[in-house]
Amino acid sequence: MGRASRVAGALPALGAACPAFAQDVPARYNLQAPVTGIAEQINDMHTLMLVICLVIFIGVFGVMFWAMFHHRKSRGAVAANFHENTAVEIAWTVIPILILLGMAWPATRTVIEMKDTSNPDITVKATGYQWKWGYDYLQGEGEGIRFLSSLSTPRAQIDGGAPKGEAYLLEVDKPLVVPVGKKVRVLLTANDVIHSWWVPAFGVKQDAIPGFIRDTWFRADKEGIYRGNCAELCGRDHGFMPIEVHVLSAEKYTEWVRLQQAATAAVEQASLVPQSPAL
Amino acid sequence: MAAVTHEQLHGHHPGPTGLMRWITTTNHKDIGTMYMIFSFIMFLSGGVMALTIRAELFQPGLQVVQPEFFNQLTTMHGLVMVFGAIMPAFVGFANWMIPLMIGASDMAFARMNNWSFWLLPPAAVLLLGSFFVPGGASAAGWTLYAPLSVQMGMGMDLAIFAIHIMGISSIMGAINIVVTVLNMRAPGMTLMKMPLFCWTWLITAYLLIAVMPVLAGAVTMILTDRHFGTSFFNAAGGGDPVMYQHIFWFFGHPEVYIMILPAFGIVSQIIPAFARKPLFGYASMVYATASIAILSFAVWAHHMFATGMPAAGQLFFMYATMLIAVPTGVKVFNWVATMWRGAMTFETPMLWATGFIFVFTMGGFTGLICAIAPIDIQVQDTYYVVAHFHYVLVAGSLFALFAGAYYWLPKWTGHMPSEGLGKLHFWCSIVFFNITFFPMHFLGLAGMPRRIPDYALQFADFNAMASIGAFGFGLSQLIFLVVVVKCVRGGERAAARAWEGAEGLEWTVPSPAPHHTFEEAPIVR
Repeated sequence: MGRASRVAGALPALGAACPAFAQDVPARYNLQAPVTGIAEQINDMHTLMLVICLVIFIGVFGVMFWAMFHHRKSRGAVAANFHENTAVEIAWTVIPILILLGMAWPATRTVIEMKDTSNPDITVKATGYQWKWGYDYLQGEGEGIRFLSSLSTPRAQIDGGAPKGEAYLLEVDKPLVVPVGKKVRVLLTANDVIHSWWVPAFGVKQDAIPGFIRDTWFRADKEGIYRGNCAELCGRDHGFMPIEVHVLSAEKYTEWVRLQQAATAAVEQASLVPQSPAL
Repeated sequence: MAAVTHEQLHGHHPGPTGLMRWITTTNHKDIGTMYMIFSFIMFLSGGVMALTIRAELFQPGLQVVQPEFFNQLTTMHGLVMVFGAIMPAFVGFANWMIPLMIGASDMAFARMNNWSFWLLPPAAVLLLGSFFVPGGASAAGWTLYAPLSVQMGMGMDLAIFAIHIMGISSIMGAINIVVTVLNMRAPGMTLMKMPLFCWTWLITAYLLIAVMPVLAGAVTMILTDRHFGTSFFNAAGGGDPVMYQHIFWFFGHPEVYIMILPAFGIVSQIIPAFARKPLFGYASMVYATASIAILSFAVWAHHMFATGMPAAGQLFFMYATMLIAVPTGVKVFNWVATMWRGAMTFETPMLWATGFIFVFTMGGFTGLICAIAPIDIQVQDTYYVVAHFHYVLVAGSLFALFAGAYYWLPKWTGHMPSEGLGKLHFWCSIVFFNITFFPMHFLGLAGMPRRIPDYALQFADFNAMASIGAFGFGLSQLIFLVVVVKCVRGGERAAARAWEGAEGLEWTVPSPAPHHTFEEAPIVR
């Protein structure tokens, strides 16, 4: 069970050695490897915050544990009687405010950038259903393509009747396909209850709200397969409506669009044929 | 007079005996005891649900429960722990200790006090009974987000009624506490001389009065959307599902502080007692508590960064949330400064209190990280958030409750709790707690969503670890049951001042505290 993924996780070097599968090495201890500018910024901000918190943690608890070992009654400590010190109290109110200002600055820049969904190259509408996603390409190359995307992990794997595959619960029958390096705006809505469209490697999570349209965007810098989940409790199969995004080179994307459009045309043709004799 | 005193010392009192005594009692100590027994039963029920969840998540795949039931368990675990275990436990502490700490003879509204407790068992029956109705219990998460909660079966209606009843109980309890604290303090006890536990509860009581009606409104709107054709949360009828979240979290965030401020109060009583040194920065503690309470009304939408608010909204709620770190930091610094150059001993209550500071602060740090809107976009609705709020609710509220229980058990029972078992309880709890919840940070960062019954394979080992820790933590809590039962039945007699450094009016009455105390108000200098 999961031995392959465990090995892969334990050997990040293996992933680095085969770039084609690099994005398949699952994250274990930290955020997933970022493939968009926003996700990169989030990663850096998280690392910065973690370091600041760690320094404060060591400072505060260094003092506390020092006191716990040295100011013990069993070591003959006699209690002092001080109970206030205005200077110290002002200092430990003001210094944290300054630290917070330092944290707020990069965060503010990222928030504003995340919200800028203007001038997309491609616009896709994602609709949350209980329990699958639907995608409509609304604008840009591929306009008019639409399909549903549902979990493709066989039931037997979930119930334990078959060994679990590499992408267990993170694989779909028809993934979302986008070109690399292009700004993709995602419009989100839902058909029934609230869902949430989340691809960790893109730093994108946006609720899909029935009756309303929300939007978000990403620009993937690297080709590959990226996986995510529905992130808002949406009923029984909330855990079974993953998101799979294939980021392709411009040429491969054009080829994919051509195939999709040809397939759609074929279907339309086929549906027209039986009607023609009646005409 | 002498005869009365004699009678008091032996705990005799006129009135019904047996079961009727407990049903009709208006005595704050009896009611406090009942609150605590009730909350411990609910704590164990919620714990069984948590362990079932962890058993399912031990391995990838579905083995123990099906997804529908799994969602019912996560929902009910949350509701039972928040409304059944943590909140009533703090009200129990307030009932027992506030009159003793301010030198009052009882709570201000003794009969209402009885009613506010006896509303809870029927509410618990509705809530737990909802598992057995057609369709089972509500499975919409403890936050009961519309429109999912509108889809639920009749278990949802039972949960709504249970929340209404528990809300009424909380509001009555809160009014009682406000009136008692403001009107029944012993002569000479000005507000700024009041023990910090009373201060934190006074502020908490105002929060309860302010926000419980908001929750009642939110769930009532769900009820009318479900049955009476309204469309508060249905876009097709002109409503908005996100409005539910705004209303819910306007209750929900102050609720978080309702569950932690009294915990701060308990810890602020215990640290000075075992450091044998007055609390550092008493006034700043009071101001910090008040500022946390006021700020708590202006941060609610940080639970909703992923709903797609405009940038200005995200920035406002991010800044406001970050500000909360300042008064919270002041509190932690004050506790550490109280310990500094004290003469400390580490009896069980002090162990729990220091454990609280250590582990709760970790939850504070992850809270700060979650406050940063872009990072929150990544960790929202993941196990990172699950780790964060268990660090503040279990290691925060629950650990402080245990600290307080060990501290005041001598006053309640007249016997010292077993130090050996108490320490065993502490060390098992803190070790297993961290084994359970620390790996959840990694799971969340790496991308595991919360509220899912099955997960991708890369999350397998940390989930197995968390499940093992959870069973250890759950079983450790039975040690507490043994300690309390032993302490009630016998043990080393406790002196009036059970702990060497303990200060306050509650330590001037005998242990166990007689049925009636401070019938003549003490004079506080």
